[in-house]
Amino acid sequence: MDTEPAPPPFRKLLLALALLPLTSLLGGCDWVVLNPLGDVARQQADLVVISTWLMLLIIVPVMALTVFFAWKYRAANDAPDYDPEWSHSTQLELVIWSAPLLIIIALGAVTWVGTHLLDPYRTIGRIDQARDVPASAKPLEVQVVALNWKWLFIYPEQQIATVNELVVPVDRPLRFRISSSAVMNSFYAPALAGQIYAMPGMETKLHAVLNKAGQYEGFSANYSGAGFSHMHFALRGVDEANFARWAQDVRKGAGNLDRAAYLNLEKPSEKEPVRHYASVAPDLFDAVVNLCVRPGKMCMSQMMALDARGGMGNAGRWNLAALSYDKFGREEVNTVLPGMLTEADQVFIKAYCADNRPMTAPGMEVKAPVSTATLRGAGLVWPGASPAAAPGTTKFAIATPNSAS
Amino acid sequence: MSAPANVPSADLANWYDLDEHDHPEGGSTLLGFWIYLMSDCLIFAMLFAAFGVVGGNYAAGPGPKDLFDLPLVALNTAMLLFSSITYGFAMLAMQRGNVKAVQGWLLVTGLFGAAFLSIELYEFAHLIHEGATPQRSAFLSAFFTLVGTHGLHVTFGLIWLGVLVVQVGQRGLVAANQRRLMCLSLFWHFLDVVWIGVFTFVYLLGMLR
Amino acid sequence: MTSADQHWSFLFGKLSLEALPLHEPIIVATFAAVAVGGAALVGALTYFKLWGYLWHEWFTSVDHKKIGIMYMILGLVMFLRGFADAIMMRIQQAMAFNGSEGYLNAHHYDQIFTAHGVIMIFFVAMPFVTGLMNYVVPLQIGARDVSFPFLNNFSFWMTTAGAMLVMASLFIGEFAQTGWLAYPPLSGLSYSPGVGVDYYIWALQIAGVGTTLSGINLIATIVKLRAPGMTMMKMPVFTWTSLCTNVLIVASFPVLTAVLVLLTLDRYVGTNFFTNDFGGSPMMYVNLIWIWGHPEVYILVLPVFGVFSEVTATFSGKKLFGYSSMVYATVVITILSYVVWLHHFFTMGSGASVNSFFGITTMVISIPTGAKLFNWLFTMYRARIRFDLPMMWTLAFMLTFVIGGMTGVLLAVPPADFVLHNSLFLIAHFHNVIIGGVVFGVFAAINYWWPKAFGFKLEPFWGKVSFWCWVVGFWLAFTPLYAMGLMGVTRRLRVFDDPSLQIWFVIAAIGAGVIAIGIAAMLLQYAVSIIRRDQNRDLTGDPWNARTLEWATSSPPPAYNFAFTPVVHDLDAWTGMKRAGVGRPLEGFRPIHMPKNTGAGVILAGLSTVCGFALIWHVWWLAAVGFAALLITAIAHTFNYRRDFHIPVETVIETEAARTRELALAGAAA
Repeated sequence: MDTEPAPPPFRKLLLALALLPLTSLLGGCDWVVLNPLGDVARQQADLVVISTWLMLLIIVPVMALTVFFAWKYRAANDAPDYDPEWSHSTQLELVIWSAPLLIIIALGAVTWVGTHLLDPYRTIGRIDQARDVPASAKPLEVQVVALNWKWLFIYPEQQIATVNELVVPVDRPLRFRISSSAVMNSFYAPALAGQIYAMPGMETKLHAVLNKAGQYEGFSANYSGAGFSHMHFALRGVDEANFARWAQDVRKGAGNLDRAAYLNLEKPSEKEPVRHYASVAPDLFDAVVNLCVRPGKMCMSQMMALDARGGMGNAGRWNLAALSYDKFGREEVNTVLPGMLTEADQVFIKAYCADNRPMTAPGMEVKAPVSTATLRGAGLVWPGASPAAAPGTTKFAIATPNSAS
Repeated sequence: MSAPANVPSADLANWYDLDEHDHPEGGSTLLGFWIYLMSDCLIFAMLFAAFGVVGGNYAAGPGPKDLFDLPLVALNTAMLLFSSITYGFAMLAMQRGNVKAVQGWLLVTGLFGAAFLSIELYEFAHLIHEGATPQRSAFLSAFFTLVGTHGLHVTFGLIWLGVLVVQVGQRGLVAANQRRLMCLSLFWHFLDVVWIGVFTFVYLLGMLR
Repeated sequence: MTSADQHWSFLFGKLSLEALPLHEPIIVATFAAVAVGGAALVGALTYFKLWGYLWHEWFTSVDHKKIGIMYMILGLVMFLRGFADAIMMRIQQAMAFNGSEGYLNAHHYDQIFTAHGVIMIFFVAMPFVTGLMNYVVPLQIGARDVSFPFLNNFSFWMTTAGAMLVMASLFIGEFAQTGWLAYPPLSGLSYSPGVGVDYYIWALQIAGVGTTLSGINLIATIVKLRAPGMTMMKMPVFTWTSLCTNVLIVASFPVLTAVLVLLTLDRYVGTNFFTNDFGGSPMMYVNLIWIWGHPEVYILVLPVFGVFSEVTATFSGKKLFGYSSMVYATVVITILSYVVWLHHFFTMGSGASVNSFFGITTMVISIPTGAKLFNWLFTMYRARIRFDLPMMWTLAFMLTFVIGGMTGVLLAVPPADFVLHNSLFLIAHFHNVIIGGVVFGVFAAINYWWPKAFGFKLEPFWGKVSFWCWVVGFWLAFTPLYAMGLMGVTRRLRVFDDPSLQIWFVIAAIGAGVIAIGIAAMLLQYAVSIIRRDQNRDLTGDPWNARTLEWATSSPPPAYNFAFTPVVHDLDAWTGMKRAGVGRPLEGFRPIHMPKNTGAGVILAGLSTVCGFALIWHVWWLAAVGFAALLITAIAHTFNYRRDFHIPVETVIETEAARTRELALAGAAA
C-alpha cells in the first residue's frame, strides 16, 4: 500500500465511502485515549470511564422517561389522568434536586482525589498497578521546548537533544520540564499521559511513565499558527538497555546544539525531519524559559529578581534592547553606543552584568503519596486509625520547596 | 381554542387597566443609567485586576517610588473631590429651580474637572518624557491604561457637562434636563469613587510596595 | 515581520490593492456571487420602490417587535455564512489525507475556523437570542415597548455593524487566524502582524457595545414595565430567563470590552499586557477572556431554556411543573456561571486544588440544570401533548442536550480533561450543547412565535423535513468527532497523517451535508409558508392555546401591543383570562403614547463602522473624522427633545375594530 501512488482525493473519498460498514470502522481504530500504555494516562482513562458510568445512572432514566412520557401522554392517547393544574409535588421536587446532587457528590469526591493524585506536577508513586516506584529510582528528566512548528527534546543527563523524536525507557519515571519559544502550545502524547500547555517564558511540568515499548504519536494540542497541523513528534518507548544504547549512539553522532544552533532552529519551519544533537549547551533549557538564549539579553529570572526589589529605578528607563524578546521585532538588536552611556545606563549595565545566569524558578515540588497501597482500593483511612498496608502517616504528601539547584 | 369573546364581560376593569394615563417619559432612565454605571464599573474592575496582576512587573525599569509624585496626585485628587462638591451645589440649585445657579455651578465643576485633567496630562507628559512610557513595562502599561481610562471618562463627562449647560440654557430645567442632570451627577460621583480607588490602590499602595 | 515592514500611506493606511484576495479563487467566486446577489437585491428594492418603506418602517423603527425581527434576519443571514465555513472545514478535513493538502491552504483554513466560531457565537446565536427576547419579553409582560426604544434600535445597528466588519474581512484583507478567542501571544502583533486580528477586535468591540446596551435596556424593561399585578414570581419563565440572561450580559460583556481594549493597546500602542517580554502575562488574557466566555455560554442557553419551558407547558396543555424551582435553578445557574471559568484551561498548570475547585463548581451547575430537565419532564407527566414542531424540537433538545451535558461534566473532571482538552471530543461536546440546546431552542421559538409575529403559521411539512435532517445530521456529524476525540485527535488540524481516520471525517462531512439539507428545508418552509400565508392565517391571536400574555393580543400585534394594559392575577396570565372568560374592552379607547422613529441609530452605527474600518487599516485621518462625526451626531441627537407622539384615538379604534372582525371570523370558522 505504501508503494502505490496516492490516489486523487475524490477517488479516495469514494473509496472511503465504500468502506462505510461499521465493523471495519471500529476494528481499525486506535482508541488510544481509552487504552493508553502509560500508567498516568491509564488512570485518567479510568476516570473518564468511571465518570461516564456515574452520569449514565441518571442520564439513562431521564432519556427513557422522556420517551415514555412523550409516548404515554400524547394527545391522541387521551390519557385519563390528564390534570392541567398538576404542577407541584414537594416529594418530587426533593427527588429532582437531590438525585443530581448525589451523583455530583460522588463525582466531586472522585474529582478531588483524582485531580490531586494525577496532578501532572506531582511525582509519580507507581510504575503501574502492581509496582510502586522503588525508592532508589531516579526519574529521567526530559526538557521539552515547543518551537514554531516542531518539538525540541533535551536530555540533560545524557547531554543530547532531538527534534521531533522523543525516546524514553519503559517503566522508568519520566519528568518533563516544558516550555515554548514563541506562542502557546500543548504537549500531548495520548499513549503516555494527559497534556499540559507549553508556554513561552514559563515552565510547566509533567510526570509520567510509559509501560510498553513501541512507537506512539505525540503532537501539539493547542493551535499555534500556520504550521500547527504538522507539529507532530514520534514517541518511542524502548527498554533501559536500548535506551542507553540509543543515547550512546546519539552522543557519538554529529550535531551540537549550542545557543547559535538553537537560535537557528527556533526560526519558524514546518515538517522538520527527526534530528539528533550529540551535545547540548548546558543551561540551554533554562535560558529558553528565561527568554535569554540570545547573547546580551537579560534573563527573566534576573528581571524578576530586580522587580522584586522594586525595579531598577531611573537607571532602567531606556534599556529596552536587553529586554526585547519578540516585541517590536527587535530581538536581534542589542547595541549599546559606548559614547552615549549616561550615568543611569552605567548603573543598569553594572546591575545587569552582575549576575545574568538563568535561574530555575523556585517551584514547589509535589511529591507522590508516601504509600500507594491505599490507592489500590483499601479506601480512605480514618483519622487516627493506623493504615493496614502502609507505614506512611500522611495520606497525601505535602508540597516541599525544591532544593535550590 | 377559546378565542377572546368579542363581548365585553362585566368585570373588565379587573383584567384591564381601563383608566390608563401616559407613563411619564424616562421612568426607567435612572435605573438604566445605574445599570450602565455598574457595567462601566466592571470595566474598571478588570483594569484594576490587570494592574493587580502585572502591577509589580517593572521589567527592570522604574517602579512607583521612582515615578509618582504624591503631592501632585493629592492636589489632583483634591480637584476632583471639589468638583464633586460643586456638582452637588448644582443639584441643590436645580432643586430650587435656579437656572443661572445651575449653569454657574456646572461651569465651576467643569473648571475643576479641567484642572484635574490638566494635572493628569502634565503627569503623563512628564513620565513619558522621562522614558517611563506605557511601552516600557507591564506595570506602566497597566498604570497608563487604568489612569488614562479614568481620564477619558472625565473628558467625556466634561463634554456632556458642556452640552448640558447649553441645554439648560435653551430649555430651562424641564423634566428631561433634570433627568440628564441627575444622570451626569451619578456619573460624576461614580468617577470620583473610582478615582479614590485609583489613588489608594495605584498611588498610595504603589509607594508602599 | 512587524507592522513597520508593511506598506502604509497617509491616505489609505495599510490598505492597498494587495489587500484584495484575488489569488484565492474560492473567495473571488464568493465575491462574484455576493456581488451579483447584492446587486439583484438592490435592483429589486429600487425597482419596487421599497427603500423608503424599509427606511421608514424598519431601519429607523424603534418598535421592539420590528427590531426583534431584524435581529432574527441578521442571525439567519450570518448563520448561512457561518455554516458555509463549517461545510468548507468538513470537506477539507475529509480530503486532506495521505499527503494531500486538501483544497485550503493554512492561511485560508485558519481564517475559516476562526470566523466560524466568531460568527456562530457573536453574530448568529447572540442576534437570535437577543431577537427573541426583544420580540417576546415586552409582549409577555404586557408592555408597549422596551424602556429605551431608541437605544434598542441603536443596539441592533451596532450588532449589524460588527457583522458587516466580519463580512468585509472576507473580501478586503483577511480575518484572524487565531481561533475564536484569539489567545496571545499568537494574536499579538509579533505573531499576527496582519489586519486579521484587528478585524476581530473592532467587530467584537462595536457589536459588544450593542449587546451591552440591549442588556441594560431589557433589564430596565423587565424591572420597570411589567403589567400591574405581575410580581416577580408571576413572571413567565421566558421573561425570568431573559432577565437572568441580561444580568449576565451586563455583568460579563464589559469584561470582554476591557480585555479587548488591552489587546488593542498591545497591538496599536505597544503596551505589554499580554506580550512575552517586558513583564506581560498571556495567561492573564486567557483568564480574563474566559471570565466573559463562560457566562456567555449561559447567555446563549438560558433564553432557550425559557423557550422550552413555554413550549412544554403550552403543548402539554398544562401548567409548568415546579415553576419556583425553575426560577431558582435559573438564578443559581446565573450566579454559578461566574465561578467556573478556569475549567477552560485546567491544562495550563494550575495546582490540583485550584483545578478541583473549578471542576467541582462546574459539576454543581449540572444540578440546577438537571432540575430544569426534570421540570420539563414532569410537565409532560399527566399531560395531553400535541406534537407540533415547537414540541418536536423540545423533545429533540431534551434527548440531545443530556448527552452534551454529560460529556460536559466529564470534561469538568480535570484528569479527564487532561486527555480530552482541545480534542475533537470537546468540539463534539460544545456543538452538542449549542446545537442541541441553543439552535434547537431557537428553531422551536421560531416555529412557536412565528404566527404571533406574522399572523400565519409555518407549514409543518417542510418544517418536519428540516427537523429530521437536523437531528439525524447532527448525530452523523458529531458522533465521529466524539469517537475521534477518544482516539486522541485534536482540533483545528488541517491535514492528517493517519489514513484510518478518514472514514470518520467522511461520515462527519456527510452529516454536515444532511444538516445542509435541513437548512434548505427550513428556508423552503419559510418561503412556502409566506406564499401560502392565506391558508394558514391565525385570526385568533392564540393559535396554540397558549398561556402567556403575548397571545392575548392580535397576530401580528398592533404597534402599541395592547390597547389597554392587562392586569395580571395568575402566573399563566392569559390562561387565567381565558378561564374567567374575560372579553375585550370595545370602547373607551384613548390616544396611546409611543416613541417616535429615528434614523440616529443607523447613522451612529454607520459612523462606527467607518471608524472601525479606518482603525483596522490604520487610516488615522478617517478614524479621527469618523470619531468626531460620531461624537457630534450623538450630541446633536440629545438636542432632539421630541421623541414621542400619540397614536390618535381614531387609529386605535380602527385597529381594534379590525381585530373584532377577525375574531368574529375566527369564531365563525370554529
